[in-house]
Amino acid sequence: MRAIVLLPVTMFVLIAGFFAWALLVRNDASLLPSALIDRPAPAMTLEPLLPELPGLDVAALRGEVVLVNIFASWCPPCQIEHPVFMKLAREKAVPIWGINYKDKPEAATAWLQRLGNPYAGIGVDPKGRNAIEWGSYGVPETFILDREGRIRHRHVGPVTEEAWRDTLKPIVESLRQ
Amino acid sequence: MRLLRLLLVLLAIAPAMAFAVQPDEMLSDPALEQRAREISRTLRCLVCQNQSIDDSDAPLARDLRLLVRERLSAGASDAEVYQFVVARYGDYVLLRPPVKPATWLLWFGPPLVLALGGLAIFFWFRRRKTIAGEASPLTGDERRRLRRMLDDGEA
Repeated sequence: MRAIVLLPVTMFVLIAGFFAWALLVRNDASLLPSALIDRPAPAMTLEPLLPELPGLDVAALRGEVVLVNIFASWCPPCQIEHPVFMKLAREKAVPIWGINYKDKPEAATAWLQRLGNPYAGIGVDPKGRNAIEWGSYGVPETFILDREGRIRHRHVGPVTEEAWRDTLKPIVESLRQ
Repeated sequence: MRLLRLLLVLLAIAPAMAFAVQPDEMLSDPALEQRAREISRTLRCLVCQNQSIDDSDAPLARDLRLLVRERLSAGASDAEVYQFVVARYGDYVLLRPPVKPATWLLWFGPPLVLALGGLAIFFWFRRRKTIAGEASPLTGDERRRLRRMLDDGEA
C-alpha cells in the first residue's frame, strides 16, 4: 500500500487521539492558571464582616503561610468546602482568611452562625471589585500566600478533602520549610 | 412611508441592541464609550470563555466592563487598560492573543500546515508526471502474455 493512502488515516488517528486526550485525560479546561503566581498578593484593606473578628489587611498577612479564600453564602460549592475549612481550623493546620464576595452581610453572618466560622478574619467585598484584583473569576477560589506575602498557588472550586491532602497541604508544608 | 422610516430606524439600531451592555453602564462621553466598546469586544469573559465581555450577560463581565470604563475615565490609554486586565487575568483574557514565542505555534501553525500541504501536492504531481513520462517498453514476458490474450480473443 502506498504511504499516501495512510496519510488521512494517520491524521484521523492523531486528531481523534488529541480530542480523546482533551476530553478524558486533561483537567477541566475551565480551570485557568492564575496570572498572579509568584507575584505579591494585591494590597487591600477590607472592612470586617463580623464585629468580633478583624477584616482583611493583606499587608498584615506577611510572616506566615496563609490561605485566602473567596466565598459567599449564596455559593453552593462554598458550602461543600466549608467542613474542610472547619476541620483545618480545629486542627490549627493553617490560618484561613476570608473575602466575602458580593454577599449580604446578614446572610453571610447567618451562614457562618449555622455552619461555624473557620476564618481568622473576614473582609467584605460587596461589589466584587476587590476579587478582580486577585484575578478571580468565580467563587470559591483559594490562594496560598507564602511568608513574604506572595501568591504561590490558586485553587479554583471547592477545596475538598482530597484537594487539601493531595495539592494544598503539600504546598503549605513546603512553603513553611 | 412613516412605517418604512420606523422600520429603517429599528434596523439601524438592531446591531447595538445585540450586546449585553446596559444603558446605566455607558459613559456620557461618546468617544470614550466607543473606546470602551472596542476594548470590551476583545476581552474574553472568563465565566463563559468564548464570549467577549461586551457580549456576555455574566455578572463578572459586567464588572469588567465597568472596570474598563473606570480606567478610561481616569485617563488611561487603551494599552494601559489592556495591561491592567492582563496583569490580573493573564493573556488568556485577550481574544486576540499576542504574538510571542509561546504563541508562535498558534499563529504560524495553520500557514505552516498549508505550506506543507502545498509542497506535498507539488511533489506528488511532479512524481506522477515523471512516472507517466517514463513509459518503459514491454518486457519479453509481458509481450508473450499479451499475444496469448489476443490470440485467445480471436479464437
